[in-house]
Amino acid sequence: MSKSAVLILGAGSDMARALAHKYASAGHDIQLAARQVQRLAADQADIALRHGVAVSLHEFDALDLGTHPGFVQGLPSLPGIAICAVGLMGQQGESQTDMQKAALVMRSNFEGPACILALLANAFEQRGHGILVGIASVAGLRGRASNYVYGASKAGFVAFLSGLRNRLARGPVHVVTVLPGFVNTKMTEGMALPRRLLAQPADVADAVFRATQKRRDVIYVKPIWRLIMAIICALPERVFKKTSL
Amino acid sequence: MSTVSGWGQYPRLQAHLRKPQSPEALCALAQNGGPTIARGNGRAYGDSAINSRCTIDMRALNRMLQFCPDSGQLVAEAGVLLGDIIAAFLPRGWFPYVTPGTKFVTLGGAVAADVHGKNHHKEGGFGAYVDWLDLVDHSGQILRCSRSENPQLFQHTLGGMGLTGVIYRVALRLRPVSSGWIVQKRQVARDIGQAIALFEQAQDATYSVAWIDCLQRGAAMGRSLVMLGEHATPADLPPKARATPFAPPKRRQLHMPITPPSWVLNRATVRAFNALYYWQGARGPGHSLVDWDSYFYPLDAILGWNKIYGRRGFAQFQCVIPLAQAEAGLRALLAAISAAGAGSFLAVLKRLGAQDSPLSFPMAGYTLALDFPVTAKTLALMQQLDAITHHYGGRIYLAKDSRISRDMFHQTEPRAAPFARYRQASGAAGAWASAQSERLGL
Repeated sequence: MSKSAVLILGAGSDMARALAHKYASAGHDIQLAARQVQRLAADQADIALRHGVAVSLHEFDALDLGTHPGFVQGLPSLPGIAICAVGLMGQQGESQTDMQKAALVMRSNFEGPACILALLANAFEQRGHGILVGIASVAGLRGRASNYVYGASKAGFVAFLSGLRNRLARGPVHVVTVLPGFVNTKMTEGMALPRRLLAQPADVADAVFRATQKRRDVIYVKPIWRLIMAIICALPERVFKKTSL
Repeated sequence: MSTVSGWGQYPRLQAHLRKPQSPEALCALAQNGGPTIARGNGRAYGDSAINSRCTIDMRALNRMLQFCPDSGQLVAEAGVLLGDIIAAFLPRGWFPYVTPGTKFVTLGGAVAADVHGKNHHKEGGFGAYVDWLDLVDHSGQILRCSRSENPQLFQHTLGGMGLTGVIYRVALRLRPVSSGWIVQKRQVARDIGQAIALFEQAQDATYSVAWIDCLQRGAAMGRSLVMLGEHATPADLPPKARATPFAPPKRRQLHMPITPPSWVLNRATVRAFNALYYWQGARGPGHSLVDWDSYFYPLDAILGWNKIYGRRGFAQFQCVIPLAQAEAGLRALLAAISAAGAGSFLAVLKRLGAQDSPLSFPMAGYTLALDFPVTAKTLALMQQLDAITHHYGGRIYLAKDSRISRDMFHQTEPRAAPFARYRQASGAAGAWASAQSERLGL
């Protein structure tokens, strides 16, 4: 029996590319969904050539909610696993002053991802199986001055995934929340990040792959982050508000 | 600025690294005026792929684009590693025609250095299997170059050390193979004359290479283990392995965990290692079946082996001496090396075939390659070896070089001046330069 297809939403990112290669190397067909998806034609050829699987491209705009039902309908097959890697870091400075930009960050990290996963969750539930993966962020566990607009939107997504998992827990559909710490990608290029805490996109892909196999609920990519975030979340607010993390 | 060095970790230079994510971004970098150089996976030993003003890291452009199973032609972006090609295509019965001693080189790097393998005497260099390539020139245009389209640019790009433009895409022909195994035949040569005789008798062997004990003097000077190889057919394999002739070899990957102090590597340890290697090889079986990874890439099993030479880094000396002078030239080189007592763990001798190229390394003759930790003494020895190479009409390999002087380079390399003139005339000279090309006046 051939393995079910894996849908990757927001397929243009480094993390998404690593995920596509990981699942393709295990024999899954791949559905890449992104805006201007034709720019991923070289990746499509690459994944298909290296791993001998079918790779299809699908135009998808996470912010254009009206197109989501048609997008799901248009997939060659309903995937067995759907991974949402859509996200936008933005710049905190801009997000503080320009509310249009702030709203775009919030919509890109929360509204869009939550809405498409909600649709897919219903379709998976109806079919009777499936795994949903949301790439959130450790930034969503506590708002910090340096990136709280991004963090707040990821927090919304974390809560959404948690609630969705709770709703579906008695059924066959599973939800995985991924909380990567710092990852070495285009998004973080030029940022001075501590090496010991920095994961490679391939590390994220390996961790997500294991999590979907073992049906884990919430994963961190580097285990050290679980400890770091436990400490950060345990700080009393009157102490936390004076930190600069 | 980041600190950048080649595989020898010498010299270490400050450079601005840029990593284009798309061909458009690459073309934009090409036009930004002022010299830059493309860099692959950093396996050239010296300063071939470093430009302090702008060094273009090509590793994000690493997609395989097309494969034709009838011709074996693979089209891929230049940042693809040879090891990735093997991982994807050996299970389908294809292998690179030419491979250097590490699979961690990029396609673009292999073309730029026109690398050779253990089959050069019979099948030529890497460039011989490039059907065409797409080159980004100084105006940011992508030019298709082949033996019929822009042929001059094509020829100057094979072995041109990245000094004609940035290699963006390559169409490489792969070799059909029926297993991932090599039938190896090992012969013992008591001295350099016998080693050369064994190579000359083995002209029909697909692969040939010798490990040479560079510390022996007198009658045993140049004692070697000459290793010949052929691709195994399923019939050559033990019955159990025949059903899965491409099964990946089981190998442990070791990391070099620390940088040892440089005194670990001294005359006594190197002599002991060489003697042990020779006697173990001389006693072992003459024929054996070796998996592709151990056969072609024995050192890849130790990630970061370049750290063994300590923090000061190391330099590789690799020259080729033309056939007619080979024995005399090799004797002179070995005499100088053993007199200095500066042998290396791995000294490699190899017969090369004839090749006519604007700047590629190979010529009909014998190539000798050895590593030295960088010290004042070994740098002086290598200058002496340069002079011997020049005396016998030989040349040195740019992909390994980090230290030859401009004068000596031009004396050994009459092709350098015409190559530099070609760069001037084509407009490439102002756009592409490496620390090496500036050092050598290329």
